[in-house]
Order: sequence, then C-alpha cells, then structure tokens
Amino acid sequence: MFNNLSSHLTSIVKNLAGRGRLTEENIKESLSSVRLSLLEADVPLSVVENFLDNIKNKALGQKVLSSLRPGDELIKIVHNELVAILGETQAPLNLQATPPAIIMMVGLQGCGKTTTVAKLAHWLKTTQKKSVLLASADIYRPAAIEQLQVLATQVDVNYFPSSSNEDPAAIAKAAIKHAKNKLIDCVIIDTAGRLHIDHEMMAEIKHIHQEISPLETLLIVDSMMGQDAVNTAKTFADTIPLTGVILTKTDGDARGGAALAMRVVAKQPIKFIGTGEKIDALEPFYPDRIASRILGMGDILTLVEEAYHKVDHEKAQKLAKKFQKGAAFDLEDFRTQLQQMRNMGGIKNLLSKLPGISNLPQKEQLMNDGLFVKMEAIINSMTPRERHFPAFIKGSNKQRIAKGSGTEIQDINRLLKQFEQMQKMMLRLKGSKMQNMLKQLQGAL
Amino acid sequence: MLVNLGIFLTMSILNFFKKNKAQTEEGGQKGNKEPTGIASTLFRGLKLTRNALVDGIAGIFSDKDKIDQKTLEELEAKLLTSDLGVTVTKQIIDQLKLELKHEKTITPEMVLETIKSGLAKILEPCTQPLVIPGNTKPFVILLVGINGSGKTTTIGKLAKKLQDNNYKIMLAAGDTFRAAAIEQLKIWGERNQVPVIAQKPGADSAAVIYDALQAAQARNIDVLIADTAGRLHTHLGFMEELKKVKKTIQKIDQAAPHEVLIVLDATIGQNALNQVKQFNEIIGITGICITKLDGTAKGGAIFAIAKETKIPIRFIGVGEGIEDLKPFDAKKFIAALFGE
Repeated sequence: MFNNLSSHLTSIVKNLAGRGRLTEENIKESLSSVRLSLLEADVPLSVVENFLDNIKNKALGQKVLSSLRPGDELIKIVHNELVAILGETQAPLNLQATPPAIIMMVGLQGCGKTTTVAKLAHWLKTTQKKSVLLASADIYRPAAIEQLQVLATQVDVNYFPSSSNEDPAAIAKAAIKHAKNKLIDCVIIDTAGRLHIDHEMMAEIKHIHQEISPLETLLIVDSMMGQDAVNTAKTFADTIPLTGVILTKTDGDARGGAALAMRVVAKQPIKFIGTGEKIDALEPFYPDRIASRILGMGDILTLVEEAYHKVDHEKAQKLAKKFQKGAAFDLEDFRTQLQQMRNMGGIKNLLSKLPGISNLPQKEQLMNDGLFVKMEAIINSMTPRERHFPAFIKGSNKQRIAKGSGTEIQDINRLLKQFEQMQKMMLRLKGSKMQNMLKQLQGAL
Repeated sequence: MLVNLGIFLTMSILNFFKKNKAQTEEGGQKGNKEPTGIASTLFRGLKLTRNALVDGIAGIFSDKDKIDQKTLEELEAKLLTSDLGVTVTKQIIDQLKLELKHEKTITPEMVLETIKSGLAKILEPCTQPLVIPGNTKPFVILLVGINGSGKTTTIGKLAKKLQDNNYKIMLAAGDTFRAAAIEQLKIWGERNQVPVIAQKPGADSAAVIYDALQAAQARNIDVLIADTAGRLHTHLGFMEELKKVKKTIQKIDQAAPHEVLIVLDATIGQNALNQVKQFNEIIGITGICITKLDGTAKGGAIFAIAKETKIPIRFIGVGEGIEDLKPFDAKKFIAALFGE
C-alpha cells in the first residue's frame, strides 16, 4: 500500500528539496501535482481540497518564502499535514475494563471482518497474553459462522457457538455472559457485513451496540476502497459511536487513499492494518511513520521492531556468537538468514520500509520473494560438507544440486557468487560497524 | 546487533542486484538514454496532466456565459467522486471542450448530454452479454477475483439465473483456502438445488475443478461454475496457482474455461484496473462482473478498465437477493452515475 502514491509524492518532494528560492508560482504548481497524485490514489475529493487549502495557507505565509531553504520548509509542512490527517501517534486498543473487554467489529461486506477478528484474537493472545472468546453474530451470510469457528480453532482461542436462526443481539449478549462466567479477558463479536444505506441492517447494528455497549467498536475498511469510503465511514460513524478503524488488504498495490480519509471522515484513529494472508499479519498502525513512508522517507522503526518480534532469537544469538569467535560465515548461516528474513515477512515487506525503495526502477524485480525460496531450496539440496566448504563445490556437484532443487546450474553459480560477496562483507563488518551502517541508512533520508 | 544482521542481509543483496541490473542495462539498451532519473520522469508525467482539469474547464466557456465555471467544477467533482479517475475525467472534459466549441448557446443540459455520450462511447464496446453456445457442453465458467469481492455470492446468483433459463448447472468448490468457503458454496447449492462438487479444505483447487468437470461430463451438465479462492493480484505465488487450474482442466477440454469471469467490488477505487490487468495477464479474463452496486459507490473505475482493456462487462450485482444479478447495460449504468 502507499507505494505508488509515495513514488509520485517523492518526486514532487525531490523537486523541491534544497531549493533556495521558491515563488508562489512554484508552490502552486507543486500543489496541483500533489492534488492529482492524491486523487489518483483514491483520496476522497473533499479531503484532498481541505488538505491542500491547509497547506496553501501555511506555505504561502511569510515564513516559508523567507526561510533559508523554502523547499525543505514546504516538505515539512506537507509531512506535518499528512501526520495531522493520519493522526499524531499510535492509538492503542483500549482494554481497560473489568473483564471481559468487549470488542465489536463492523463494516461492509467483503472488507475482511471475519479474517480480521481471527487476526486480532491472535494478536491479543500472543502479544497481550489475553484469553479471548470469539462469537459470530453474522446470521445472514451462508457459512459465516462456520468460518469463524474454523478460524477460532486455527488461532486456538475460545469460540462461542451460535446459529443462523438466533437473534444477533442475543448471541452477542450470551457470549459476553459466557465470557464473564469463564473469566475470559476479551470478547470479540463479529457482525454481518452490511451496506451503510440498508436502514434495517443499520438499525440492527445500532441495537446490538446498545445491548452490549462494547469498549471498542472497530470499523473494518478495505484499503483499496475508492471515493465511496467517505459515505461509508460517515454513515457508520453517525449510526454507532466508533472507537477506531482497521485497514485491511494493505499488502496489495492500492495507493491507500481511503486510509488518508478515515481519520478525517470517521473522526477515529486507524488502530491496526492487515498486511497479509497469514494469521499474524496484523500490525499496529503508526501514523507518523506512515507519513514518512508516503513521502518516500522509509520506515526503519517498524522494520527494527518487526525484526525484533519475529526473528528466531536463539538462532540469531548463535550466529552472533559464532562471528565473535571469528568463525567463517558459511552457507548454513546464509540459510538461517534466509529463513529469518522469511519470518520477518520476506524481502517485500523489508524493502517496502526502507527509504528510497519506491523510487528504484527495478523494485518489482527486487521484491520477488520467489528468488529467496529458490535460494533456500538450493542450499537444502547441498550436503553438509558443501554447505560448510562451498569452495569445494565442483561442476558435477552443481549438477546434482540443480537437479535436487529443480533449478539451473546458473542459479547455483549466482547463489555462490552472492554468498561470496556476503562473506566478504561479513568479514569487513565487526560489531559496531553494523550500527554505523544502520545510521548511514537513516542518514540517507 | 541481531536485528541488524537481517537488515544487513537485505542490504547486501540489494546492492548486488543494483550492480547486476546496471550491468545488464548497459549492455541491453545503449541507445535509450535516460539521464534524468526516475524522479524527474515521474514529475514530467505529472506535469502533462497537471492543471489540465481545472484550467481546461475554466477557459472553455468564458465567452459563452450560459454555463458558469461552478457548474463545470461540480461536474468534474461528480466524475472524480464516482471513481472515474483523473485520466478518464480529463478525457471527458477535453471532449466536451472539443464538441461544444462551435455551439452558439450552451445549456447545462447540452453539457450533461455531451458528457454522457462521451462516457457511453467508452463503455459501449464492452457491453456484451454472456452467451452460452449450444454446442459447448459443459460450458465452464471460472470465477476469479481478490478477497471479499463477492465471488461465491455471485456464483449463487448466477447459478439461479442460468437455471431459470433451463440450463443444468453444477458448482465446483475451488476455494479450498478460506475457512468455510466450501460450506458457503454448498449452502448456495442447496438453495438452488444444484449439485456441488467439493473436497476437503486445503485440497488442491485444480484437482477439485478437474473432478467437477469430469462429473459434469458424466452427468450431462450444461454449465459448470467453478469458484476459486480470493487472492490479491500482487501475490505472484497465488496467481501462479490459477494458471495451474487452467492447465489442469484443459487436459479434459482444450477450450475450457470458456469464460473467465473476474468479480470486481464497486467500492474499490483506481486499484480495480491493476486487478483486471494482473489477472488478465495471468489467466486471460473474458468477462467482468461488478458487484455491490446497490450501495452509494458508483463503480466508476470500470471506465478506465473498459478504456484500457476492452474486456466485455457481463453482469452487475445490485443486491443481496438471489435475483439481484443483472446483465450490464451501459446506458443505465451511466444514468446511475448522475443519480438518475
């Protein structure tokens, strides 16, 4: 998400950066490019107009034009305005209640409610160490209840059975009562997808909300949504008091304009974003970091945090110790690294958070996770001896490895070459140098 | 330190690719010099369209004061908020400028009619209903699309529609990935009283559809409708799976699937074009179905899709009911854009 919008805005930003002189004409020109980029990115028209008005008012003031580097000053204004739209800080999930904390999920059909319920349950269970109960009040869509039941088993949390001839509000209430009796920390109520103009269904959701008065009422929004996001969010927000938004399907290539609108229109912060098919693909949303990402400034903070949570620490420690002892970096270690990277969501996920990546012409090629699967397969097809002493791999060995891993000899040569480069760089790097590199990375902003 | 290792790995690989790519490009296209870099290229691209919208409108009718700028701005807003996107909106406005240049008096009605006919020109080549030829049996319809676009629900409605036209229908539960997707299709099968061929969750989708096609042949079925798992068009691995489905059923019938229907959610914005393009490249789309048009979303992204891909638009979904799948009609669709 955001990649395309980001590359457009970055180019505009680049054009301005470091400019010593900026006329009103310059600013207006840049801003109308920004307008088109935002519209192309599905940012609702009303939000775009408002956003530009704010920037224009600030940018055309004395301060920008008379400052030393007006271009940079303007970028700062755009960045600040983006942060203002997206929200200043991460809005945490409110769980401060006598258990159970009740969370209710609402949204249109097909926005990803049920999947998100399971992901949130997983998040609550693993990162917050909470016990969770799931219940489905979706009595309309065929097999919606079964879907939640299957997901609850997958995530391994409690499930409250319901059936399609029960009343949605009654299901929700019974589930909460059950949670209270069993001393469960959180209850997540899944509701049916509904169109915001369906009065009957909107009355129903209002009724459920009144009956259970949840601590968190989260609107689930598809990040690919177009201009209609305004109508949807507004009607839901007017019908029931929302407390937050979760954006789904952000792993697509949508430009994410709907996200830019949610806070303004629904008046609620985005609390999480769904980032993939897997059950752990749900991240807390950090608006300030996203603003940097949109302007092509990277998001190293999230990268580091994610790495910390998902890396196999035991293996990583082993590797670090090995290096301290001065042992050579071999293909076995290389494979461990590849696995670690996969744990962190693959190269695509990593690169999308590094600064400047969205501008690389070859990013599509770079973001190919399949390449790394191939590399792993090649190493898997080697004997332990070959992994430890890659220098001994001869033509005949290569043929065997290629057959075993379903690749070509060229692939194996490429891998060995890459490995050699890695080895050289690893030798050059000791301890603190790694830190410097990270700093350099950040300095490149 | 531990964390950095991971980052370092990607960085070094990144470096490697950078070098590699530079080398191949040097060898490949020497003549094509691009000294300005991607950033400025993009900016130049933006410059071309910049201001064209608003300034274009402002200038056109200044001497023909029958129509004021406010009306035009409202029209522009209408098109943009209907998800038509900047490019199509610009095209429509340009056309308006051209066609009304020599008119003496211009009324708002004329402007509206001109815009509507411009829009109709984009959609009309794509208004082609789905025809099931009598000599193809079973006619295989494969439904594809991203998660939550409404594939399974559309299958339920489509089965009913074809059944009403006296076709013998069978469904194949090719979505073996999403939890309870198979049950969902089975319920639709029960409602319509049509057979559903299914295996266990996690089974190979291609195998399920292959079995279904064999069963359809054996039972003298007219139309086999196959579901597939929703997948984001950016996940290349999942997209490759679709290719396999196609290859597998072609072992039975070279011409199958006879229709590959992509299901698009009308609430999706400009990304819908990316979806169609990507799915089309992988499996070859022969028809489009736009769902969820019963809300306030206008589904205007279809104009950019029609303009660029010319793929036939078959159906629209306008409600939850089993009867709410309608053949696509360009005129009605455009009228709905303007709230008529």
